[in-house]
Amino acid sequence: MATPMGQRRMFEPGTQVTVKRRYPPGHVRTPHYLRGKRGVIERAIRPFKNPEQLAYGVVAEEKLLYRVRFEMGEVWPDAERPTDTVDAEIYEHWLVKV
Amino acid sequence: MPHDHHDHDHLSPSGHPFREDNDTPLSYWQCMEIAVRELMIEKGEVTAAEVADQIGAMDSRSPANGAAVVARAWTDPAFKARLLEDASAASKEMGFDIGPLNLIAVENTADTHNLIVCTLCSCYPRNLLGLPPDWYKTREYRSRAVREPRAVLREFGVDLPDDVTVRVHDSTADMRYVVLPARPDGTDGMEEAALAELVTRDSMIGTGLPKSPA
Repeated sequence: MATPMGQRRMFEPGTQVTVKRRYPPGHVRTPHYLRGKRGVIERAIRPFKNPEQLAYGVVAEEKLLYRVRFEMGEVWPDAERPTDTVDAEIYEHWLVKV
Repeated sequence: MPHDHHDHDHLSPSGHPFREDNDTPLSYWQCMEIAVRELMIEKGEVTAAEVADQIGAMDSRSPANGAAVVARAWTDPAFKARLLEDASAASKEMGFDIGPLNLIAVENTADTHNLIVCTLCSCYPRNLLGLPPDWYKTREYRSRAVREPRAVLREFGVDLPDDVTVRVHDSTADMRYVVLPARPDGTDGMEEAALAELVTRDSMIGTGLPKSPA
């Protein structure tokens, strides 16, 4: 599928993905508590300039932003109710298909 | 308690505590803000009056704006559909100047309760609701809202039954969120303006529920 901006997207809604377990320095918007966790694409939003570059005033590429839904039981071993969820916005270059 | 060992020398004649003067040195970021602002004014990019106007515009935004959007969604199903499809466009349609805000509305229903947080900093739909409450920016709220949302909600007086799913939304990047609370019972036939009075700030963050009609 192409996005409205014409860029191809890697993940359709409902696709299971894992957040990369990487720890680069800098202005990274992928929260630590979700790295390495498995979730489902809730929706593709649209491309935004990559904040990891934008924050330092260098040329920033557009990266497609998704909302990814994680079950609390996946994120926390002792979740209050494992089927509650947390949704977060994650850029495409942080996601891999399960 | 602050009054347990107060010293009357620290109270004004009217009985209020004196507020300390801001005699501390400027922080690094305060210096940076002043330097950038003064440079931009010197270069003619903006005027001091425009900066003051923007601060005034932000201070004039309040949860009443969001409450009007919610009340419209409660009374106009077509508007509600547009709000859930594109909350930025729907807010602008009502005449709210939300600038570049990328807004998503999430709907509370009989079986779903939504809660908004920004774990990384303090992202908040300021351009619609105005400045966030202080607690929204604390480490306690930011960490606990994703770790134990039900316990947090109980502290706010919202005790959800186990058959209601909690969906937390962490504003980690470019989007901001507003909760569309469920319309309270006993409000059939109420006018949009009266319904808006029931919509609290916290009900649009998800830490509260709308008020019941009097």
